[in-house]
Amino acid sequence: MNPHVDFHAIAPELVLTGTILIVLVADLIWPERSRFTSSRIASIGVLAALIPVITLAADGTTRSLFHGAFVVDNYALAFEGFFLVVTYIVLLMSSDYISEGDYYQGEFYFLMLTSVLGMMAMASARDLISIFVALETITIPTFVLAGWRKHDSKSNEAAIKYFIIGVLSSAIMLYGMSIVFGETGGSTLLSDISGHIVLHGTSTLLAVAIFLTIAGFAFKISAVPFHFWTPDTYEGAPTPVTAFLSVASKAGGFVALLTIINFGFLPSQDSWEPVLWVLAAASIIFGNLVALRQTNIVRMLAYSSIAQGGFILVPLAVAGDGGARVSSLEAVLIYLFIYAAMNLGAFAVVIAVARRTGSAEIDTYAGLGQTSPGLAVTLTIFLFSLAGIPPFAGWFAKFVMFRAVLDANSPSAIVLGVIAALGSVVAFFYYAGVARVMWFHDPAPEATTASRPIPAALTVAIGLCAAVTIVVGIYPQIFAKIGELAF
Amino acid sequence: MDWFDNWALTLAVFIPIVGMVIVLLIPKAEENLIKVVTLLATLLTGAVGIGILANFNLDDGHLQFVANERWIDVIHSRYHVGIDGISLPLVLLTMLVTVCCVVYSWNHFPEPHNPKAFLALVLLLETGMIGTFVAQDLILFFIFFEVVLLPMFFMIGVWGGPNREYASIKFFLFTLFGSALMLLSFLALFFLSKVHTFDMVTLTRLHGDGIVHGTQLLVFAGMFLGFAIKVPMFPFHTWLPDAHTEAPTVGSVLLAAIMLKLGTYGFIRIALPMLPGAAQSWAPWIGLLAVIGIIYGALCCLAQRDMKRLIAFSSVAHMGFVMLGIATLTTFGINAAVFGMVAHGLITGMLFFIAGSVQERYGTREMSRLGGLLTQAPHLGWLLGFSAMASLGLPGLAGFWGEFPAILSAYNPSLPFGLFNWLDGTLTTFRIYMVIAAIGTVLAAGYLLWMFQRVAMGKVKPEFEHAHIHDVHVSEWIAWTPLILLIVALGVYPELIFKMTDLPVTQLVHGLTRAL
Repeated sequence: MNPHVDFHAIAPELVLTGTILIVLVADLIWPERSRFTSSRIASIGVLAALIPVITLAADGTTRSLFHGAFVVDNYALAFEGFFLVVTYIVLLMSSDYISEGDYYQGEFYFLMLTSVLGMMAMASARDLISIFVALETITIPTFVLAGWRKHDSKSNEAAIKYFIIGVLSSAIMLYGMSIVFGETGGSTLLSDISGHIVLHGTSTLLAVAIFLTIAGFAFKISAVPFHFWTPDTYEGAPTPVTAFLSVASKAGGFVALLTIINFGFLPSQDSWEPVLWVLAAASIIFGNLVALRQTNIVRMLAYSSIAQGGFILVPLAVAGDGGARVSSLEAVLIYLFIYAAMNLGAFAVVIAVARRTGSAEIDTYAGLGQTSPGLAVTLTIFLFSLAGIPPFAGWFAKFVMFRAVLDANSPSAIVLGVIAALGSVVAFFYYAGVARVMWFHDPAPEATTASRPIPAALTVAIGLCAAVTIVVGIYPQIFAKIGELAF
Repeated sequence: MDWFDNWALTLAVFIPIVGMVIVLLIPKAEENLIKVVTLLATLLTGAVGIGILANFNLDDGHLQFVANERWIDVIHSRYHVGIDGISLPLVLLTMLVTVCCVVYSWNHFPEPHNPKAFLALVLLLETGMIGTFVAQDLILFFIFFEVVLLPMFFMIGVWGGPNREYASIKFFLFTLFGSALMLLSFLALFFLSKVHTFDMVTLTRLHGDGIVHGTQLLVFAGMFLGFAIKVPMFPFHTWLPDAHTEAPTVGSVLLAAIMLKLGTYGFIRIALPMLPGAAQSWAPWIGLLAVIGIIYGALCCLAQRDMKRLIAFSSVAHMGFVMLGIATLTTFGINAAVFGMVAHGLITGMLFFIAGSVQERYGTREMSRLGGLLTQAPHLGWLLGFSAMASLGLPGLAGFWGEFPAILSAYNPSLPFGLFNWLDGTLTTFRIYMVIAAIGTVLAAGYLLWMFQRVAMGKVKPEFEHAHIHDVHVSEWIAWTPLILLIVALGVYPELIFKMTDLPVTQLVHGLTRAL
């Protein structure tokens, strides 16, 4: 019996798959002649995949496929749109970087889009197997991407570390999932698991299994103490790939966590809330404190992204308390969206500066306010937004996080809220530290101004991120509405 | 004038930021154009302010010029602005001082020059400050309250003195720490109050109704930290001397004249009326910190060698009087506090201007190296004397009407349990505060006159004997005259301010006492 397939529902994935194939073939047909072909096809494909997302959103009905394992609802559409937009911006950031690096362009875009396909599937996945498959589809291509600069030993180190820890975490997660499957009546559907927990409660074995599953996700979102791969991988990988890892792939992990908790483990809150609480607190404390000591901006952003991951976990860690479910889940979504805009923007500026100075050491940013005021202003905006200073979008992300904490109104939630508040003050110190070097210090005498022009695509990427950061900061209703519709 | 009623405040808040955008679009080399555009933007804002003043109904204690539009529906936060007699003098002060600062800096841009960036920051600051005084929604208030941080951070850090990096980051971290807790308190208020809202008018009407006293105390404490750091009150003041001393002249003036008032304004507008029960319980402690601030600030002044640092510490002392007035929770005290805020803004602004001009002429603010200003630049010297007199609270000048009633109000504070409350000690406590505060005024006279004596009187020190010291420039005269006139006018006829503040303050205090 052939299952009925609603092709409209999977149209975004189909368009993306088609694009992936075309990119591969195009690379064979036009070798080296036109350098931008692959990048253009990829960008057009990503934008084309947005069209069915929009028509599906306009349609508004919830579509369930494959016996409920694949659901297209507002929640899925919100994240699908998000992943596509983020990918588009990453493509803008990478096109010149990759084409100037003399590497295999076709494969680069092929791998990146395959990872995005995994993210798209993740947004709709509603059972353990599809979540696992989606997560692996996200991760495996990024192992290769991290090692893209194959003649650079740092890039190799990045890939190997990422690969070994990634595979280990997948194994742990899969082991946890298999026990969950056995303990909850033998169904992989999240709704069945949730129903079973409501009826039969949480056995000790199930609690352990949930712990293992979440630990697996913790690797993907690089929460402390599962973060070891992050700084080295981020520093070693090509910077656009780092941006992709720290935003898109991380968001993929968060969506997985959000899905599995929201649709599956929610009733068994006593087993996952403490785990997430510890992960959140540890990430905030450790990420922020270590970021203080960094001298390389990419490493600093790596640790800062660990800390930001901690902030995103905060609402999730209190989602089971009282009436806080909806405001918590909304907070995670809004935070992810805003985090994407400001973090991508920061990486875009780092790429632009590296084109000029060839370095990512924070010292080389001295006097950037005089030599390249545009870059300095935008980087300042992104950093202060990451620190949560109004009127930039970051404040609203922090705000919804605190709102969820106070909505939960349990002692543990309040303690976590205070840790987050103190953490954001510490975070300000290193974000402002970069701003200080850029504006308060004089440029080094040998610094040359405008040695290489910034490519148009990169400028567009920076501009888009800055626009989102400012507009959403002043009128957060745009993202807040999406959050409200998704849950 | 319906149109003006709806749009006046929005214009006042956003004209400066439009000016900032225009300034940013002008090429850096067109310095004169940049200055003219900035001046026009601030003057236009001032014109809107005068329009508001002209159309303001003094017999109406409610908010006027209200605009209330949808903003962030999902969190029930609205774009709600309005102005009453408490906000009005502060808004006008902000507009005036900003214009004065732009005029003053016309030919005085501190190193590394760059008027474009400097004036853009001044305009952004103006938006933040006016916005804070007119916001009637806690989230909107919070945004404006924070917006002022960034420009001041850069102003200190880029144009400041030798120790500017330390001072700027310290300033930012202190304030950020306070405002993080303040935001948590706002959120707690949202969830705990009977109506889930951030609307300040509604929350004021609710008076913290239905919130358990213990919780009120905690929520109030969070707000207290946010506002007290900004004021700054005694143990939280340590950022202020550094920030003031390192900031460029205009930065110090704006910081002292207006930004400190954001804290005291927050107490009057938010902390007291929304949580009167907690305010009542905390009042003796706030009063205690206020008088410690008065004495401690004064003693620190006596130990200073740097003129600007002395004025900075005098701010701690003066804001102590304002906070003492607020802590009494009486009509008299809060009226005095608002007056004190305006007076301190004018006078200390003036003192910082003069300190800046002295430094520009002599290249130092070390009082031991200065002397004989009266012989070398008599006008400047006398203006310093005038401002010092005003600052020490000489009757007939503005400073008096802020300090004297604040001290007096401590004789008869609002008390918790009706008539026989002297038993619980609040009354005695406040009367002791009154005496200490009075001693503080003597010390104030001491350090201000001492400063005047060392800087202006005596002989010119040998190292500056042959230096050519220019007396007050034209741009300085233009910038300072309005401040001087107002200091005299308010001193002679304090009703100018009290007429505005009395009615809303009476209503506020009435609401407080009814709620208790």
